[in-house]
Amino acid sequence: MTARTRVDGWAKVTGAARYAADHRLDNLAHAVLVTSTVPAGRIAELDVTEAERAPGALAVITHRNAPRLSPAGDFYVQTVLPLQDDLIRYEGEPVAVVVADRLERAGEAAALVRVTYETAPATVELDDALPDAYRLGAYFEPITSSVGDVAAGLERADVVVERTYTTAARHHSTMEPSATLAEWRDGMLTLYDATQGVFNVRDAVCAALDLPADRVRVIAEYVGGGFGCKGFVWPHQLIAPMAARTVGGAVKLVLTRAQTFTSHGYQPPTRQTVTLGAARDGRLTAIRHTSVNSTSTYADHLEMAAICSRAMYACPAIETDHLLAPVSTVLPTPMRAPSDGPGMVALESAMDELAYELDIDPVELRLRNYAERDPTKGRPFSSKALRACYAEGARRFGWADRPMRPGALRDGNDLVGWGMASATMATFAAPASARVSIDADGRVLVEAGSQEIGTGTRTVLCQLAAEALGCPPERVTIRLGDTTLPPTGMTAGSSTTMSVGSAVQLAARSLRTKLASMALAEGDAPAELARLDGDALVVEGAPRTPLRELIGDDPVGAEASWSPSTADVSMHTFGAVFAEVRIDADLCLPRVSRLVGVYSAGRIVNPLTARSQMIGGMTWGIGQALLERSPVDRRLGRFVNKNLAGYLVPVNADVPELDASFVDEHDEHAGTVGGRGIGELGAVGVGPAIANAVFHATGTRIRGLPIAPETLLRGDGDGRD
Amino acid sequence: MARITVTVNGADHTDEVEPRLLLAHYLRDKLRLTGTHIGCDTTNCGACTVLCDGLPVKSCTMFAVQADGREIITVEGLATGGQLQPIQQGFKEEHGLQCGFCTPGMMVAATALLERNPDPSEEEIRWALSGNVCRCTGYVNIVKAVRWAAQAMQEQAAPEEPATRQPATEQAATR
Ligand code: FES
Ligand code: FES
Repeated sequence: MTARTRVDGWAKVTGAARYAADHRLDNLAHAVLVTSTVPAGRIAELDVTEAERAPGALAVITHRNAPRLSPAGDFYVQTVLPLQDDLIRYEGEPVAVVVADRLERAGEAAALVRVTYETAPATVELDDALPDAYRLGAYFEPITSSVGDVAAGLERADVVVERTYTTAARHHSTMEPSATLAEWRDGMLTLYDATQGVFNVRDAVCAALDLPADRVRVIAEYVGGGFGCKGFVWPHQLIAPMAARTVGGAVKLVLTRAQTFTSHGYQPPTRQTVTLGAARDGRLTAIRHTSVNSTSTYADHLEMAAICSRAMYACPAIETDHLLAPVSTVLPTPMRAPSDGPGMVALESAMDELAYELDIDPVELRLRNYAERDPTKGRPFSSKALRACYAEGARRFGWADRPMRPGALRDGNDLVGWGMASATMATFAAPASARVSIDADGRVLVEAGSQEIGTGTRTVLCQLAAEALGCPPERVTIRLGDTTLPPTGMTAGSSTTMSVGSAVQLAARSLRTKLASMALAEGDAPAELARLDGDALVVEGAPRTPLRELIGDDPVGAEASWSPSTADVSMHTFGAVFAEVRIDADLCLPRVSRLVGVYSAGRIVNPLTARSQMIGGMTWGIGQALLERSPVDRRLGRFVNKNLAGYLVPVNADVPELDASFVDEHDEHAGTVGGRGIGELGAVGVGPAIANAVFHATGTRIRGLPIAPETLLRGDGDGRD
Repeated sequence: MARITVTVNGADHTDEVEPRLLLAHYLRDKLRLTGTHIGCDTTNCGACTVLCDGLPVKSCTMFAVQADGREIITVEGLATGGQLQPIQQGFKEEHGLQCGFCTPGMMVAATALLERNPDPSEEEIRWALSGNVCRCTGYVNIVKAVRWAAQAMQEQAAPEEPATRQPATEQAATR
């Protein structure tokens, strides 16, 4: 299909696009959160008298006077509801919300809320919590897996590599901090929310505030990035409507940048141990991959880091296991790329170490263990073109010229290294529905609840609808991000193009059927008979009918739903990533100078938006490899770098020209679209490819990401804080 | 309260404001110019960048009273008469945006760059825009967008050159 620039480009370059905090509401009051400064304990004293008397203050809500909330107990909502008791479970937990007529006054009043705490001992560091690690009973995938006999496989192996790798706590750091505008008017609640899932938010708010679904509407027209942190429902999304109901009007609650580090989840740090057994020829005889990540003390988030080892390589014996260790922080949550993202850091670093133990080229080692079928589930893959990714990636990068020996590629004062890694991501899909309608002038409207968070959903849906109807994309308008539209899942798990895209195609198809039947004026005519041609309908066996004659004042529409099928295949996206790093020999400053990624993801609907997704994802990989971490202070029990000067995300000068491309592929199992999701894939594999390149440059193996200059200077291979 | 007169996108505004009111909030809440976004409140992200007397400033780090008597240009003031500026066209054509939240600040900062350096190299663009964070795009297309604008502006200045061009990524992306 063809590359198309974004349909929302105009709105975004003129400043007309409205994000949650941009909506204009009458008599809008401002809310500011007061959050706990200690990680555990309870509120000892709470004095709001001064705050209540502050100029402009409209309400001060604490656990003492907050409306009682009902359990909103879905997987997507934290089990602990905000402002309901005096317990403190993490630093940053809301203890009060102050509403005032102006933002500055709300901030001033918030500063006048006096809180003292009875603190309890708290563990905030994953390593300190390891003795308390536990195994969950169930998650969206089995917690443990085992095929074959790993002990026997290791026994039989000529070479065994067993290593422990660490990944750091990281924060999503969307450019748009989460924001919720809540308007309570005539018994109706309207939320303008920065969310990846309008329906989750609606359901949570309805449950918590005891409101029927038809009295709550959630709108997310434009969202300034999500990456996971706007997927589930967090305290501020319940506090804003609570405050709006209390003052009986409209309230805006925008998180400060510092609050974004504690008011929603983050990617938990992991400690992973990978054991690989292999014969001399490189064939794997056993894989064991175990992972432990931190979760909160009050709810569970499992980072399924070891699932990548269940599907990645052909091996007769594979075992995986996941544990959780509780710390006193806010509940972690999925972050681009969840599970496989941290998991592939461990597996692909271990594969590189194995390649060096065996003295086999890292690409060759992967080819010798290429999985034609899912080795754990025993099923075929829905579609997989990873061989082509390795070949094309190696060609584009010039991998054939790589000397195996570390430290062989020096350039002046720079130590140069080349590394590679595979990428994979389990594919998610969710039931979705959509409505497609057409008016007498041939203008098409596509409607679905799904949200545009920057990925290009509007553009891709526009193309898919135009294709299915046989009309130019310019005729198609897309409406998204509203609970009054046909229900869809979250914009998460790279699932939207396949799920919502398929629903749109099915709806478009049923609209064609409808139009064909109208033109033929008899029974149900097959969709194939009808074709749009400008403002007319061409139906085989009937004269060309102007739409004006078929369609009256009201547009004609059709709605359809799509559900993922349980076909007996294993569905994953794949890729091969090649990295070049340059490390200043004196300063140990690592920089990425080249990055090549070639991906297998099924059909690519729009090469322009898709390539942009991959480049964006690869940049996240650079962050994971070299920059991003959120260290906690054991004494204070909190993250210590809660701003964008302390939490480093890649800036323009950190990123070289990136080479991302796809292999030609169509996945017949991937909905009617034929494409698996790509939103997260780009962020997988880059971290280990860079870490492997650092080893190739220096001969020092760093087993903790990110690789900071101080870690390289220390040279002890341990990246933990 | 203090009385200020500020020229914003060519129009004069006189208002009574609190001295503590930030310029970003004055623009967004008082003048309802919500295209200027607030991404960090600590001067790190550049989402709030506007031009103040032609120079890029982070409007979250300037009080409205400091803008008294000055001329401010926001993203809404870039296009004139429904006609996009080359920098806006560049971001649109070269897909220099995804979620679009960083885009207004990014374009304003790039406008200031092109003002002082009409033909910046890739490297110069990367360093000049490193005070503006984008979490979505990976910057590659942002650099292309600024190059696109620089070339379009040069072609405008030299009218014998053809005025419309094919965006480079569109050719590259179709492989
Ligand atoms: S909001 Fe001004 S620099 Fe981030
Ligand atoms: S486009 Fe989303 S932050 Fe730049």
